[in-house]
Amino acid sequence: MADAGSMINWSLLALEPPGWGGVLLGGLWNSIQIAVGGYGLGLLLGTGGAMGKLYGGPVTRDLLEVYTTLVRAVPELVLILILYYAGTDVLNQISAVLGWGAVDISGLAAGIFVIGVVQGAYSTEVLRGAIKAVPAGQIEAARAYGMSPTQIMRRITLPAMLPHAIPGLSNLWLIATKDTALLAVVGFSELTLVTRQAAGSTKAYLLFFCAAGVLYLMVTLVSNVLLGFIERRYRRGMAEPA
Amino acid sequence: MMSDETVSAMALTDLPSKQGFFKPHRIVLMLVAAVLVFCVVWFMRWEWVPRYSTRLASGIGVTLLMLASTATIGFVLAVPIGLVQVTGPWPLKLLARGFCTVIRGTPLLLQLWLLYYGLGSLFPQFPEIRNSFLWPYLREAWPYGVAALTISFAAYEGEVMRGAFAGVPAGELEAARAYGMSRFTMFRRIWLPRAVHRALPTLNGETVLQLKSTPLVATITVVDVYAVISKVRQETYITYEPLLLLALIYLCLTAILVVAFRYLENRIPTRGA
Repeated sequence: MADAGSMINWSLLALEPPGWGGVLLGGLWNSIQIAVGGYGLGLLLGTGGAMGKLYGGPVTRDLLEVYTTLVRAVPELVLILILYYAGTDVLNQISAVLGWGAVDISGLAAGIFVIGVVQGAYSTEVLRGAIKAVPAGQIEAARAYGMSPTQIMRRITLPAMLPHAIPGLSNLWLIATKDTALLAVVGFSELTLVTRQAAGSTKAYLLFFCAAGVLYLMVTLVSNVLLGFIERRYRRGMAEPA
Repeated sequence: MMSDETVSAMALTDLPSKQGFFKPHRIVLMLVAAVLVFCVVWFMRWEWVPRYSTRLASGIGVTLLMLASTATIGFVLAVPIGLVQVTGPWPLKLLARGFCTVIRGTPLLLQLWLLYYGLGSLFPQFPEIRNSFLWPYLREAWPYGVAALTISFAAYEGEVMRGAFAGVPAGELEAARAYGMSRFTMFRRIWLPRAVHRALPTLNGETVLQLKSTPLVATITVVDVYAVISKVRQETYITYEPLLLLALIYLCLTAILVVAFRYLENRIPTRGA
C-alpha cells in the first residue's frame, strides 16, 4: 500500500493535454455560461410572472399559479428531461413546417432554456413576495402624485422591493450554478460530466471529483463575496435584519 | 444563507384552499384542462403502464424509503450541527460551519458521484474493508446514495436548525434554568421542541426539496421510480408519456408530503397565531 502523497498523481490536473485541467476549466466555463444565461432568463420570466401574479387578470394568475406549482413540485431532473426533449422536438417541428429542415440546437441554448424555465418559477415567487413587502402607502402616494403605472414601477416598486428580493435572488443564483450539474444527465459537457469523463478514463476518481468540488466551491465563495457586497449596497439605510 | 422565503419559493409548501376555488373563469379553465387530459389519455400511448405497474410500485417504494431514511437520519445529524453553531466551543463551531459551506457550495450530483465512484474505487484497495462484514453492503449502490442524500439534508437542515435554535426567546431558556432544570433537561423539554416547532414550515420545504433530489440516485444505478421510468423509455422507445407519468407521480408525492406536514403543524397548538 503506497502512502497518500505518492498515490495522488497531480500531473493529471495539468492544463496541457496529457493532464485534464484544461478540460475541467472548459467545463466550468460552460457551466458558468449556462448559469448566467439561465439565471438571466429566469429573472425575466420571474419579473413577468410576479407582475402577472400580482396585477394580472384572473386567468393569467391561475395559469401562472399552475406554472409555478408544477415547477416547484416536480424534480428539476425530470423537468430538465421533459423540457430538453420537448423543447428540441417543438423547435424541430416548427422548422420542418417552415421548410428549414431539421435544426441542430446547441446544447448551450437548450441548457439555458431549461435552467431559465425552472429558475423563472422560483424567481416569480421570490419577486412576488418582495413586491408585496413594499408598503402599500408608498404606492398609493405615488398614485396620488399622478404617476403612471410604469412610472410607479420604475420609481417606487422596483427600487423599494430590491432590498427584500436580493437575499432570495442571491440564493437562486447559487442554486442556478449548482443546477447546471443536472445537465450532465442529458449529456451536456459541463463541469460535472467532463469530470466524470476525466475520472473514468484515468481511474483517478477521487482526485477529479475533489478538484471539481473545489471549482464549484470557489464559484460559490466568490459569488458570496460579491452578493454580500451588492446586498450591503442596496440595504443602505435599512434596519439590520434580526 | 438559504432563507425561509427561498425554500418556500423552491418547494411547494402550500396547497390551494377550498374556499373561493370555484369561480366562473376557473370552471372554464378546468374544462380546458379536462379536454387536455382527455387528449393526453386518448391520443398518447399508455398500453405499457400495466406491464410495468409492479416495477413502478416498487420504484415508488424505493423513492419513499430513500426520502424517509435520509430525511430522518439527516435531521438527527442536523440537530447537533445546528446546536454547536449556536452554543458550541469554537473548533466545533468552525467545523460545523465549514461542513455546511462545503456541502451547500457543491452540487449534490457531484457529491453523489464522488462517494460512489471515488470511495467505491478506493474501498477495494483496502483488504481490511474487503474482509469486513460491511463489504457486501459497500458493493451495492444504495449505501452511497443514502450517505450522499443524508449528508446533504443534514447540511441544509443544520443551517435551518441553527436559525431555529438561535430564535428561541432567551427568556424561555432563562425560565427553564430558574426552575432548576439541568442543561440537558432544558434542551430536551424547552429548547429542542421550541426550535423544531419554529423550523417546521422550513422543514416542510426542505423535505419537499429532498424528495426532488432523490431521482439523482438513479444515476448510480439505484432502481427508484425515476430509474424504472428510464428503463421504460429505453425498452419501449416512447419519449414523453413515461416522463409525464413520472411528473404526475412526483406531483402526487409532493402533495401528500405537504398535507402531512400541514397536519403535523396543526397538531401543535400555538397561542395567538
